[in-house]
Amino acid sequence: MDDIRAKVDGIYREESRRVLATLIRLLGDFDLAEEAMHEAFRSAIEQWPSEGVPANPRAWLVSAGRFKGIDRIRKRRRSSPLDDELAEQLPAETEDIAAMLDEDLEDDRLRLIFTCCHPALQPDARVALTLREVCGLTTEEIARAFLAAPSTLAQRIVRAKNKIKVARIPYVVPSRDQLPERLDAVLRVVYLVFNEGYAASSGSSLTRHDLSAEAIRVGRLLVELLPEAEAMGLLALMLLHESRRAARTTPAGELVLLDAQDRSRWDRALIAEGTQLLQRALATQNFGGYTLQAAIASVHAVAATAAATNWAEIVRWYDALLRLEPTPVVELNRAVAVAMSDGPAAGLSLVDELLTRGELAEYHLAHAARADFCRRLGKAADARAAYRRALELTNLEPERRFLERRLAELAH
Amino acid sequence: MKYACLVYLEESQINKLSQGEWDALNNECMTFGDTNVGDVERLGGEALEPTHTATTVRVRNGRTMTTDGPFAETKEQLAGFYAIEAKDLDEAIAFASQIPPARYGTIEVRPLRTLVEKGNSR
Repeated sequence: MDDIRAKVDGIYREESRRVLATLIRLLGDFDLAEEAMHEAFRSAIEQWPSEGVPANPRAWLVSAGRFKGIDRIRKRRRSSPLDDELAEQLPAETEDIAAMLDEDLEDDRLRLIFTCCHPALQPDARVALTLREVCGLTTEEIARAFLAAPSTLAQRIVRAKNKIKVARIPYVVPSRDQLPERLDAVLRVVYLVFNEGYAASSGSSLTRHDLSAEAIRVGRLLVELLPEAEAMGLLALMLLHESRRAARTTPAGELVLLDAQDRSRWDRALIAEGTQLLQRALATQNFGGYTLQAAIASVHAVAATAAATNWAEIVRWYDALLRLEPTPVVELNRAVAVAMSDGPAAGLSLVDELLTRGELAEYHLAHAARADFCRRLGKAADARAAYRRALELTNLEPERRFLERRLAELAH
Repeated sequence: MKYACLVYLEESQINKLSQGEWDALNNECMTFGDTNVGDVERLGGEALEPTHTATTVRVRNGRTMTTDGPFAETKEQLAGFYAIEAKDLDEAIAFASQIPPARYGTIEVRPLRTLVEKGNSR
């Protein structure tokens, strides 16, 4: 019995998201599919000890879940007009269940991702729904990771599911002509989740690491099922950043900048995988911003030491990125690369121009960059003022401690 | 002469009604739907789902931009409407993106709502 229980738990971890994805297609409703899936797993625990574990547990669970779901619809029928409509859409019962299970099973996972990231849903809700439905995180886990109240998160998810139902957001992989906009929305969600897990390393670092891992998992799934250039580019970017995780904080949680990181602690396997994906993405000649950012990350990844970094190449990648995404943040990053390639004075004049335009006046990293350039130019007073301004603008603890350290060094 | 009569409501006010009061108003609308008023001929009329089910479509530089939520820009005014039957929201968005003024203004895509005797959604 305990044996079966452990086995079912294992199958739940491995397969529950696939079972759910298929049940949503078969039953046409998120909540109903989730209830049906849980009932199917309960049935498995009850029946498998005597009947044995089926040869294809996933198909068994989908089939059981489908019957449980149809049963529920029948019981609820007449209670609401939407359920009536749902019942009409159900496949005829005589339909060959085996054929129904075989067809499109992998596509169901893609359908689920595209529906959860549909641009007609509120951006925050897309993130929450993806973590909930695609990754299987609980509402409480998502709330903890985003430092939000569980009730807020729950309401966001309920609203999104309601919109999917009422506005009839379809459960499909978008057509070719809609794919660019739709894939863009999916990748944005994945990258946001990754960054949420990568940006801060204090406090709830464990949960945050999990978020990055989930983003990479969805990224891998996307590349496996839909190998578009930017999907590969984003996965490459995430892997190349992830490869530095162990080196970018001290055991005490202090932030270590790229040039001071112990490169022997970078994860070579992740770098190799990321670099290979990057090459595939570049070879398509049809890549975008994620691939370009991955290219920048890869230049760092292959440099044996910080001093050996090919900054001129990085500046060239930033030039390409800037043509594609002319945003002040990209300009700022390019200025940092220029400062490394051509010296801090060149970087300072670019950042000052940016700050004068006002767009980044409230962005702590712009002031931190200015402070760093001034420090390297020996302008201690200017550097101190810029570090102080940066400190006023950020709440992230590791960044604050880093800035305070730099400020203290300048005082001597 | 043809006219459009556009119905505006404050959703927060409607949400304060009890389900019974809301259903009563819906039933009144259904009765009104079958009532002749002078010689006026009805060309069509529908209830809409609330604004949180709305999707906004804009076309700029040949690219379709889809966002959640109702259109809320006060400097634009209602200029027309299409009632369509589409298989799902994607098909409706694809239609909306072809409406010529989508290049200048905003198309709000909102599901139509079926009035029922009891348990009307809002």
